[in-house]
Amino acid sequence: MIQFDAVHKRFPNGTTAVHDLSLRMPEGGVTVLVGSSGCGKTTTLRMINRMVEPTSGTIRVGGKDVTEQDAAELRRSIGYVIQQAGLFPHRTVLDNIATVPLLLGHGRRRARARAAELLETVGLTAEAGKRYPHQLSGGQQQRVGVARALAADPPVLLMDEPFGAVDPVVRTQLQDELLRLQKELNKTIVFVTHDIDEAVRLGDRIAIFRTGGHLVQCAPPTELLARPADDFVADFLGAERGLKLLSLTTLADVPQGPAPEGAAWSLVLDARNRPLHWASRDAEVPVRPLKDGDSLLAALDESVASPTGLVARVDADGALTGVSSRDDIHRHAGRAHTEARVAA
Amino acid sequence: MTIDWSWISGHTDDLTTLTLSHLQAALTAVLLGLIISLPLAVLAHRVRPLRGLLLGLSNVLFTIPSIAVFVLLLPVSGLTRTTTVIGLTIYTLVVLLRNTVEGLDSVPARTKEAAKAMGTRPLRTLLTVELPLALPVIMAGVRIATVMSISLVSVATYIGDGGLGQLFTDGFQRNFPTPVIVGVVLTLLLAVVADAALVALQYALTPWKRRRA
Repeated sequence: MIQFDAVHKRFPNGTTAVHDLSLRMPEGGVTVLVGSSGCGKTTTLRMINRMVEPTSGTIRVGGKDVTEQDAAELRRSIGYVIQQAGLFPHRTVLDNIATVPLLLGHGRRRARARAAELLETVGLTAEAGKRYPHQLSGGQQQRVGVARALAADPPVLLMDEPFGAVDPVVRTQLQDELLRLQKELNKTIVFVTHDIDEAVRLGDRIAIFRTGGHLVQCAPPTELLARPADDFVADFLGAERGLKLLSLTTLADVPQGPAPEGAAWSLVLDARNRPLHWASRDAEVPVRPLKDGDSLLAALDESVASPTGLVARVDADGALTGVSSRDDIHRHAGRAHTEARVAA
Repeated sequence: MTIDWSWISGHTDDLTTLTLSHLQAALTAVLLGLIISLPLAVLAHRVRPLRGLLLGLSNVLFTIPSIAVFVLLLPVSGLTRTTTVIGLTIYTLVVLLRNTVEGLDSVPARTKEAAKAMGTRPLRTLLTVELPLALPVIMAGVRIATVMSISLVSVATYIGDGGLGQLFTDGFQRNFPTPVIVGVVLTLLLAVVADAALVALQYALTPWKRRRA
């Protein structure tokens, strides 16, 4: 666990970056620090590994005051991912990943073997390991950045707008990968972003900061979306707060029935029972089948797009399990909101 | 101006000795220059107020006429190779110091930041991150300093050294052009070969610059 107690940071030029911050970041969870630029979120992150020293207050990682540890050793025990990866241009990808194990005095061979293993973990080929950073795409570089941070298996991972410089498609991929990795690794992650959608997607808890380094609210995303503490938080979350909340609720509980037969539109399946498209006598409309783990937001979207208002539900292999109606989806969406609002 | 080829074939041993001595003076100077300018450049790079002072000082040294440097050094080190090398070293400083400082400046802040955040201590960052990344700019300085030193060695003929430069005085005094021409050609060749060797060295030292995406 990372714990901030009454932490204050004033820079020599007089600006207060962080104002009286007390915050707990739970072990094994993703805490996202979010806010517009100049709100102190990055300074907060950088105080954890002493890249910035607090003016007053204490920061503890795993119960130990960070200022009482040797700065370099502390940093080796904390993974750090920076925007645009910040890779060493003169080292191969493999040697970039091996950086911290080498600093810790693991032999070159052991460090490289570990690096090769991580290359696979973050979805890169062994061939990529021999390349230099400039020979990779932005998305690949960012993966290397994550691998480098994980190399010494640190319990804590700090990520400073790691996906800020890649295009939206790659960004979504990287976010998915991070969530997948986190399921396996259970790191204590502190993630800085200015993108509220990214925060909602990744965060177990979201801390919203306001200019001047004030923490406004820190809560799980559903709570934040359902019950924003004030107008500032509500504005920051945006007009589609209700829909964002639906992106966090799955479709699993929505009832399903058999697909319609003999109606104006029918669902065409392939030999292995996988939905292909909706077909009427003279038209075909694409179908986007959804799994139980998909969100209510995706279901709502598909129910609007579907010519029948029905959403095709499939199992893990993509085979049809049934269909859900627009009304059922709507009812569950409303229920999700009510539950989030009245939850203690 | 005709070349007396028989003079050349009769003096191959002398020419070899002079060429090697010429090269040795120039390379020793560049090496010493590097040894002196590296720590000074690191200092100038890290301590801003020292930067102007050190670079300014090396500029001033550079403006002293080369003959004057050798003459001024005579009371200290006499008519020796040491005088030649010290004189040449002084001239290499201006290029080497400036280029090393600029090379260190050219290392991206993000990269140094990453090294620090990974837990690399300052000395190790300097040796394993900053200097390697500054190498192309430093090597550009080494190349200029080397070619410059090779051409300057001849001036030391005035204090009885001067490598291939001795051929110029010899030919001039006897009104015999062959040694002069041979001296010029060998000096040029030496400069070209040394420069090519440095390019090859840089290529070998910077594998990351080779493969473009």
